[in-house]
Amino acid sequence: MDSVPAIVFKGVSKGFDAAGAGVKAVDGLDIGVASGKVTGLIGPDGAGKTTLMRLAAGLLVPDEGVIQVLGIDVVRHPLEVQSSIGYMPQRFGLYEDLTVQENLDLYADLQAVARADRQPRYRELMQMTGLAPFKRRLAGRLSGGMKQKLGLACTLVRPPRLLLLDEATVGVDPVSRRELWSIVYRQVRERGMTVLLSTAYLDEASRCESLILMHQGKCLGQGSPRSFSEPMRGRVFRVSTSSLGRRSLQGRLSAEPGILDAIIEGEQVRVVTRASGDMAFAGQLSDVDDLRVAPAEPIFEDAFISMLKRDEATAARTVPGRRKETPGSVPDTGEVIEVRDLQRRFGDFYAVRGVTFSVRRGEIFGLLGANGAGKTTTFRMLCGLLPVSDGVVRVAGLDLRRAAARARGRLGYMAQRFSLYENLTVAENLRFFASAYGLSRARRRERIAWALEAFELDTYAGASSGELPQGYKQRLSMAAALIHEPDILFLDEPTSGVDPLARREFWQRINALAETGVTVLVTTHFMDEANYCDRLVIMAEGEVLAEGTPADMKARFRSPAQPDPTMEDAFIGLIEQHEQEREGVA
Amino acid sequence: MKASAGSRMRLCGMIRKESLQILRDPSSIAIAFVMPLVLLLLFGYGVSLDAKHIPLAIVVEQPDATSTSLTGAFRRSDYFTPRNFDSIQAAQQALDAHEVYGIVWLRSDFSRHLLARGDARIGVVLNGVDANQARITAGYIQGVWQAWLLGYAQTQGVEFRVPVRLEPRIWFNAAVRSRDFLVPGLIAVIMTLIGAMLTSMVVAREWERGTMEALMVTPIRIGEILVGKLVPYFVLGMGGMLQSVGMALWLFDVPLRGSFWALSAASALFMMVALGMGLLISTVARSQFVAGQISIVVTFLPAFILSGFIFQIGSMPEPIQLVTHLIPARYFVAISQTLFLAGNIWPIVLSNSAALLVMMLIFLGLARRNARKRLD
Repeated sequence: MDSVPAIVFKGVSKGFDAAGAGVKAVDGLDIGVASGKVTGLIGPDGAGKTTLMRLAAGLLVPDEGVIQVLGIDVVRHPLEVQSSIGYMPQRFGLYEDLTVQENLDLYADLQAVARADRQPRYRELMQMTGLAPFKRRLAGRLSGGMKQKLGLACTLVRPPRLLLLDEATVGVDPVSRRELWSIVYRQVRERGMTVLLSTAYLDEASRCESLILMHQGKCLGQGSPRSFSEPMRGRVFRVSTSSLGRRSLQGRLSAEPGILDAIIEGEQVRVVTRASGDMAFAGQLSDVDDLRVAPAEPIFEDAFISMLKRDEATAARTVPGRRKETPGSVPDTGEVIEVRDLQRRFGDFYAVRGVTFSVRRGEIFGLLGANGAGKTTTFRMLCGLLPVSDGVVRVAGLDLRRAAARARGRLGYMAQRFSLYENLTVAENLRFFASAYGLSRARRRERIAWALEAFELDTYAGASSGELPQGYKQRLSMAAALIHEPDILFLDEPTSGVDPLARREFWQRINALAETGVTVLVTTHFMDEANYCDRLVIMAEGEVLAEGTPADMKARFRSPAQPDPTMEDAFIGLIEQHEQEREGVA
Repeated sequence: MKASAGSRMRLCGMIRKESLQILRDPSSIAIAFVMPLVLLLLFGYGVSLDAKHIPLAIVVEQPDATSTSLTGAFRRSDYFTPRNFDSIQAAQQALDAHEVYGIVWLRSDFSRHLLARGDARIGVVLNGVDANQARITAGYIQGVWQAWLLGYAQTQGVEFRVPVRLEPRIWFNAAVRSRDFLVPGLIAVIMTLIGAMLTSMVVAREWERGTMEALMVTPIRIGEILVGKLVPYFVLGMGGMLQSVGMALWLFDVPLRGSFWALSAASALFMMVALGMGLLISTVARSQFVAGQISIVVTFLPAFILSGFIFQIGSMPEPIQLVTHLIPARYFVAISQTLFLAGNIWPIVLSNSAALLVMMLIFLGLARRNARKRLD
């Protein structure tokens, strides 16, 4: 086995002075990536993962430091490096107006693959990716997962010695994700390829042989997944009770000083303590009946959170100041949102087909699916932003087809992308949204004060919104969506591109909000976030595959081989069932 | 020679890819063929510097055989569409209302003076807002008047005192059709635009769609990317060029007096200059919108105004005249107008071609120098 590292960074820094003065995307980085292994590059958005990849590929030149890839100095000989690596950027550039085969031919030409070698290699790649039946299809007409697989196939046309994958699995459906991983491992096994792969999914860390943990341009740690999780042994517990809701339980636990982190995991709460074996919290919760505490197997995420939380001790203030009483006309029980047989066509393409579900008051309801599953389209119709092709949508008791404007006054909407005015300050943005919702002067002042306090934006009130850190931008978006105290809150992919710490904080706020009776609808492509929802639907290709509680969904796929299925297992199971049914029909 | 085989394979791959994209994507076809078509039709038919069918008021205060004969002369002329009025007041009203462009006024004593003294005056009033148009109209009126006078004298057998007669001989464009002079220049302007737009926008498209990043990490050399872009778009641009020349010859009946091959060669050279400008723009523009805007402002507008295609360079102020030397279209306008209207005048064709060659080398050289396989 080759023991020379495939990639070596020594004191590498790279800044971008274009946007903010002197932002360092990569800051004095020293890393080594071992040959013949799969190394995961893990870190929140903005940690510098993409910059690191581009530096290694010779697309960027470092301000200082030395980078060696496969023993070659990248800065001096970028072309030599580029002839022996494969690199798949975040948004892989497939030529959408070329067919699958033409894309492959192009990359074979660019990589100068000899004609004689092509056919066997094509066959192998097509078989691995399952794209063989689609050779003549335009790349632009493939599904998201298929595009990603084709992108990988193009980078592998001439097997590289080193494969760089920048967030290749993010936003891809779990089935395609599984396939992508198996292709990658096959390359490592059969050809001794070295792979460096960045991801925003912490659960993918366990699939890597080695990990590099990045945060704010620096390397926080490097080693095998076990070397991260092992020191956590004795600090991780699963807590459950039958006498308290899991959200209340989580609230109680995260308020404990000895507890670093408490998240909902299925029907239980997973707890990470500050000190090993510290079970003092159990004593504090002695008033809770039927409290069960069991030690849990530590995973990478526990270590990740504890490493990040070490310096920033933040527990989100719970969101106070919302009236507990039910506003006006909404009946106390019953359905706040009702969707029946909803359709949306774009030409002859069904973006949403036959979607039916209902959401009760105070519920956190999730729409789970990969990119392109129809979540955002459904959302837009629920908010009255997109006309319905067919079907019934009732929000807060109002038919959206007739009273869209009135219904809209009752709901708050947080869009996928940061959609506030970047050159206005935080306070100005809040003031604008308050006036846009027609709040009176006194109410406006009161609500803005509430927003600044509840979301801890006070210190940033005068700062321009565009320059806020990612997590604060997200808080501001949420504050703006809540400024008029809506009964229903729509959150479209609120956590994509947000680091895990901010994600936790975000879910704490959502939980607190739901406790006060606000109905929350949320879309996400993070399978683990489904656990936070009371109920959810799983969507694929515009259709609902299943509806129910997270526990129900997982229970459906419990088997001797899979005693403790995850949400992702359930998702994959559903997709496979769906495909079998479709084949049965066809 | 493994390296050169690899290079050829990469280059062929690039060219094949670009060609497929051209065939599948209507936008580059539109730029190369539809845009010249529309511009040529617009300018060829819409813009005319000739005065024709000018609405003219003729005031005849006392109609008789002589005045009718003169009115008839105006009527027969292609340049005028006369309308008769009996009083100067009515004619003036028509002039104010922009119904007529000028007035020819035959007073009541017109025929008497003409017969008695062999000399008569006609009054001419013109709308002088557009000085150029007024001058042209005055000239045409004078022409009709003198021709009529001469003919009248011959039929009547009398001798009038006719002032010295000028006999202009207009060379190269004997019919003085402005279209013959506009269309060859227009071809230069259109080619500047399509050449610069085609290349700058297709490169920007690769940036927008993220394909450039993937391309850059392959072993392809930057020179191969540039040549791979140049070759297919050169072919496409020359197609647009041929279409324009065809339209000039058969739709607008512009004569081609020089050699077609000389014109093609010069066009090819100029197309390379335009593509070079496009590539240079593409090194700074990362979105199609920006690329399109820069192409219009930096290449099309100067070519339109400063190339001598519509505004004579000789009548511009000195400093502006110096600036025109930096506009590649200027040299091609000179070549194109010469080859179409005058013929193979080699000193002009060759000296301007030399200037184009220099510009081509400069633009392509700068594009090559500025293009990097890097993202920062």
